[in-house]
Order: sequence, then structure tokens, then C-alpha cells
Amino acid sequence: MLQLRSPRLQPSRLQPSRLRRPRLRSLLAAAPVVLSLLLASCANDGGGGEGVQSQKMETIRSRGKLVCGVDGKLPGFSFLGPDGTYSGLDADTCRAVAAAILGDPEQVEYRDLNSSERFAALASGEVDMLARNTTMTLSRDAAGGNGIAFAPTTFFDGQGLMVPVASGIKTLKDLAGKPICVESGTTTELNLADRMREQGIAYTPLKFQTGDQTYAAYLGDRCVAVTSDRSQLAAKRSSFPQPDAHILLPVVMSKEPLSPASVNGDPVWADALRWTVYALFQAEELGITQANVAAKVAEAKANTNLADLRRFLGVEGDFGQQLGLPADFVPKAIAAVGNYGEIFERNVGAGSPLKLDRAENRQWKDGGLIYSPPFR
Amino acid sequence: MSDIQRVPWWRDRRVVPWLVQGAVGLAILVVIALLLGNLVRNLTAAGLLLTWRWLGQPASFDVAESLIPFDASMPYWRVLVVGLVNSLRAIVVGLVGATVLGTAVGMAAFSGNGLLRRLARVYVEVIRNIPLLLQLLFWYFVVFLALPNSTAAFQWPGVVLSKSGLYLAWFAEGFQWQGPTLVNDVWRAPLRLSVEFSALITGLITYTGAFVAEVVRGGIASVPRGQWEAATSLGLHWSATMRTVVLPQALRVIVPGLNSQYISLAKNSALAVAVGYADLYSVSETTLNQTGRALEVFLLLLGAYLLIDLVISVLMNGVNQLVQIRER
Repeated sequence: MLQLRSPRLQPSRLQPSRLRRPRLRSLLAAAPVVLSLLLASCANDGGGGEGVQSQKMETIRSRGKLVCGVDGKLPGFSFLGPDGTYSGLDADTCRAVAAAILGDPEQVEYRDLNSSERFAALASGEVDMLARNTTMTLSRDAAGGNGIAFAPTTFFDGQGLMVPVASGIKTLKDLAGKPICVESGTTTELNLADRMREQGIAYTPLKFQTGDQTYAAYLGDRCVAVTSDRSQLAAKRSSFPQPDAHILLPVVMSKEPLSPASVNGDPVWADALRWTVYALFQAEELGITQANVAAKVAEAKANTNLADLRRFLGVEGDFGQQLGLPADFVPKAIAAVGNYGEIFERNVGAGSPLKLDRAENRQWKDGGLIYSPPFR
Repeated sequence: MSDIQRVPWWRDRRVVPWLVQGAVGLAILVVIALLLGNLVRNLTAAGLLLTWRWLGQPASFDVAESLIPFDASMPYWRVLVVGLVNSLRAIVVGLVGATVLGTAVGMAAFSGNGLLRRLARVYVEVIRNIPLLLQLLFWYFVVFLALPNSTAAFQWPGVVLSKSGLYLAWFAEGFQWQGPTLVNDVWRAPLRLSVEFSALITGLITYTGAFVAEVVRGGIASVPRGQWEAATSLGLHWSATMRTVVLPQALRVIVPGLNSQYISLAKNSALAVAVGYADLYSVSETTLNQTGRALEVFLLLLGAYLLIDLVISVLMNGVNQLVQIRER
């Protein structure tokens, strides 16, 4: 530009203007593109389905896949096995939901998320739901906090501490002044601070971004203890080189109700998720298993007097429709993963390497906390 | 002159550029306004409009190490300051270390000693071609965590080295010289470098040092051969030649290159979270998770790193002015 303005080039000043014209034209040509981008960005925020219509469920149906945020590295809850498939209690929750909404439990796309990424991934719509051993808390639930809609708790847990047997540590007091490994962005990090403050114990929290790094530092002897949900500690211990060299201290530092979750603002989708989980609870209560669900459906169809069973299995009534789900979403979910008791035993209970006790996770009739409201 | 008057305004070179630039500027403003409006609308709908009140609420989480007093009952802004101070500590130590190491290696590339020259080459090529995150994890998990436990620590007079860190004797309260002591299997000393901090600065210094070495080497190479020969013919020793003749001339080439290396080091310090060091990013991440104020926390983070880098830039530009050859 500077050169063009210099007087020496004055005689040829027609040329630059001829050069400039195509530039103007290409700018004009770009205008429609820019305009359409603008319009698209305006159209994006116009939606927000009300009523039985759910934007999220429409997205899932048209995509043909449920995108489920999981941990992916936690045996018993969600673990990517050597054969490339996910297994675990959380993974089975994803499968049940996929079976309920899409009719096929295999149409799940798992997304491994660390504890710091999970809420951002959910809020941004990168995942449709979380089944990632996430503790339900007020600030995560509240619209002014993380703004998450929680489904019913699928695992009642408590925070524990794991130490090497050789360390001889028995109580929290023995940890005074010592480094403790914890995954950052978890409720366990806060609970640890609270409990230690209550008891006036000074300690050094070493925070890592991922579970892998946290447990690597613990196994590298950088910390004398690692804290997390007791189920997670048991799960991780089962993958240690010497599981017997580590013990869980008997202290339970907090309540950790681990629950699947979806984002606030789509109540229809949240309800569908909630009642799919309840259906797994209810199925156990009614004695419907993965093996006998087909027979039960046949029985319900044959006998019009079994009104409860008929409504539950979608033979009569419109529960599915009310939720925006297919009428047979309950038998589809049960056929995919079994009832809650079966899921528990297979992944974390007696039938698994974790061998966790049902404890609080028994049915309410057996003195536990697993309770489904009536399907009515 | 008169034919210029006759050019219509849509072909007038004094008018058209203004019009085009005005239109483009307006279009950009409209796009930004639309995006911002969209953001505000969606944030309002989600109840996530910017608010800063949470900064005053108690953080209720602990930080492993802090240069300023901190406990969990202090507010969030305080914990962010703790993180910032920790970050600055790593950045400052890293800058000094990387400069010293890089200058030494860069100069070694011109050494008469062939072994030294080749070692410098190998160091630069190996280090700068491996991702920094990988190197940090290596230093932390493979090297530093291989140190012995507290009870079996390496001990020298006034110095203790163990898996939990490096402990040094120093003046304690009341100017009393105090060495490291073992209390309940935990070392205590007036001066302590945690292994997390050590791993971070080791990684930052070796990594950035390799790049600085290349900048220094390039600077030295830019000094004409004749300068070396002139200095040598005056009877100056290699080190004297380097110090008094070559480096002062090389500096004006080196300093602008160093600027961007320093800025990368400051930004790379955010990888501290991988090795458990409580830097600004690490405490911000916990803050974000506890408060759910993702946008606010990230704005603060972006602002903080931008500010740090701008300060480094301004300082380096000042240095650059100083080392430029005054032309007369």
C-alpha cells in the first residue's frame, strides 16, 4: 500500500484499482456464507423442547447411538476389557438406557472421562448421560451449581482410605503430617479436607488429574494412603500387582451415593433415564430376571388379571408413551442387562473379583436402600 | 491534479479502502455482538450468568504446598493466589535454570572439545523431540519416585533427600540454624523442595534448555568468523573470546528468540497438574469442580496466563533494548 501511494507510481494508478475490484467481488461472494453461518447460530438456541418432546432424545434417536460418559478404567463399574468391550455396573446402566430408548443395548458409544472433565462434557452435550460413579450432591444438582439432573442412585458408597499393610497405619490420626494421594475434582478431595480439619490433623494432599496418576503415585510410595470411594479402592486394588499388600481402613469418611446423571433443562430425558433405572430396581423386586423376562411378558399377555405386571412390562397402559419411550422399554432393558440384583452380582458382587457385599445396596425389603417408587 | 478530481468516489483510492475496511470492521463487530448475545442468552437460560460472589466463599480444600499462609477455611480467591504464587515460583526458577543450562549447552556447541560438542548436540536433539508431558511423567514417576522412603533417606550433613522431597538446613525462627529432623517418619526442615516441584522444574529446565541452547547457538553462529579470528590473534583464550567478544554481539540475536522460549516455559508450567504440583491450573481445576463456575474460572485462568506472558514479553523487550548495539 505504501509503495502504491508513492508519487513515482502515480501514472499507473488505474491498475491497482482494477486489481482491487476482484477482491471486493470475492468479499461480496463471501457474504452469503457469513450470513448463513449467522442464521445457523441464531437457529441453534431457538430450540429447547417442552412437553413430551425431548431435544436430547430426538438427537439420540436420529444418531442411533447413546453417548455415555464413563470412567473406563474402574473394574466393576466401567472397564474397557481386552476384547474391546466395556463391562461393569455403570456400563450396564448405559446399556439398559440404550435398550430402553433405542431397543438395542449395543448402540452405546462410551466416552472415557476423568473426574474433572465429566461435568463439562455433560453440560456441553458431548455426552448424553453420565454413568461414571458420580456422587450426587447439592451443588452438583442445583441449577446455580453444576446444574445436573441426577437419576436414582445405583450404588450407595462411602469414602475410605487404603494404606499398605506394612505401613501399620490404623486410624486417621496415624496419617498426621503425611502425604495422601487424591484425585482432583472429586468430592473425596473435599471430604478429606473436612474430616482432617474436624480432627485437627495436618496432612499433605497430593492431587492428580487422573485415577491412573493417583494410583501410580500411591504404588510408587509417594503417599502413605490413597483416598476414594470404598468401591473404587476395592476395584483398583483388584488390579494391583499384590492386592493383599493393601488394606482398606475401617473409617468411612462420607456418604457417596453414586448416581447416573443427565444435564438440567431436559426434564423429559431426565425422567426417561430415572425410570429406566427404577425399572431395574423394580424388576428385582418382582423377581423378573434376564432369563425369565420373555416368559414373564408371555405370562402377562396371557393373563389379564396380572394388572401390575402388565403395566410394568408395557403390555397394557401407556407408561412408555408418557416418558417418550417405546411401550416395551422395561422388558428391553431387563433383557439387555438383567435386573439390578443381577447387575450388582455380576459386576461387583459375589460373581466378580471385587466381591463387594450388597450392604446398603440391598432391596428395601431386605433392609437396604434400593427402592423403586410404584410403576403406576 | 484535475483528473484526480474527476475520479468517481467508488473508484477513489482514498474512499474505497475506508469503505471496505469499515464494512469488514462492522461485519466483525456484528458477528461478535451476535455471538456474545447468544452466549448471554444461553447462559441466562441455564442460570450461569457471570458472577464473582463465589470468590469470597471458603475454599474448604487443602493445598499441598504454599509460600503464603493458607488453610481450607480461607476463601477461593486466596487459594487462587496460592496457585498463582506456586506457578510463578516454578516459572521463575524454570527461567533461570533454562537460561543457565541453555547458554552452557549452546556455547558447548562451539567448544574445541569434540566430545562436549557432540554431547550438546545429542542432548538438544533428544530432549526437544520428546513431548514435554512425557518427560514430566518420566522425571516424576520414574526418576524422583525411585528415591528412597523417608526412613531410608539419603542423608548428608544439613541435607536430606527422600521420596517426599529435598530438605535443607537453613535459619529457622529466631535465626537459629536448623537441620532436617525426622518426626514421626516425616522429615521437617526450614527449606524444603517437594518432589512434585522438583520434577516439574527439572522437566521444564531440561526441555526449555534445549530450545534455549539452539537459540544461543544460532546467536553465536551469527557472529562473523572474523571476530573469532581477530580475538584469537590478540591472544585471547577461548573463554575470554566468548565472554568479551562473541557473546555481547550474539546477544542481540539471542534475546528476541529467548522471549518466545520464556513465554512457552510459562505456558508449559500449567502441565504441573500431571505431576501433582499445586500450580494455578491445578487449584483452578478443583475450584471449578467445587463451584461449577467454569466460565469465570477459565476467564481468570486465561487472564492470569496472558498477564504473565505479557509481563515476560515487556521485560524481554526492555532487555532487548539494552543489548542492541547503539549505532552512531
